[in-house]
Amino acid sequence: MVKEPDDVIVRTVSRFMIPIIQLFSFYVYVHGHISPGGGFQGGCILAASFILMAVAFNIKEANKLFKKRIALFFIGFGVFLYAFTGVVPLFLQGNFLDYGYLSKILPLNSVMARYYGMAIIELGVQITVMAVMVSIFSDLVTAGRNEEMLKDNEDGNYHR
Amino acid sequence: MITIFGTLLVVSAVDFKPWGDPLQPASVHVSPRYIERTLEETGVPNVVTSVLADYRGYDTLFETSVIFTAGIVVIILLRRQTDGKGTG
Repeated sequence: MVKEPDDVIVRTVSRFMIPIIQLFSFYVYVHGHISPGGGFQGGCILAASFILMAVAFNIKEANKLFKKRIALFFIGFGVFLYAFTGVVPLFLQGNFLDYGYLSKILPLNSVMARYYGMAIIELGVQITVMAVMVSIFSDLVTAGRNEEMLKDNEDGNYHR
Repeated sequence: MITIFGTLLVVSAVDFKPWGDPLQPASVHVSPRYIERTLEETGVPNVVTSVLADYRGYDTLFETSVIFTAGIVVIILLRRQTDGKGTG
């Protein structure tokens, strides 16, 4: 049984840091077209902000903000976004994952369609990586119990 | 046994081409095409991003599928339903 951490410094600093970390993750994702970065890195940083929330406050509060059911939805949604972006050009006489053909349905030329096609699939990668990291973390920490089973534990720590 | 294989690896590593040689086979096949035409074909200044997400899109798609599978397997193994009987 672990005593609940009540550290005002950690809480205050992480309250300031979490929005900055999330902004930085979107910077890494958006700027990945120009500098090192992209979906995997941005997703990991975004997941780190949620994990910092769970470590600095408690896992119950973090699970209230990011429910496991929603994490499961996002895990599938990211891969779906990637594969769907790949399938759409098939119906526009292109090959699988040939984003240049997206220019037929978007108001872009084919070069910029490839540019934004890459942005869309990187977003899908980011969503999946973020949701998987958060989901694995919260499942390991809570030993797979979900929110309803934890309601009778009022101190916010998960012990048997 | 380990010593023999280690010696073989070290001996064979001596014959490698110089690191970063622009004329070695790995650098003259498709790499120059990507480096020269990435900007005009995809509009992305970063060659790494264009190769990762566009030219080698299959690779990244199934990389993402591996992450997806890892998450799903952890959920199947660990997550439990409310009654504590069935496994999620």
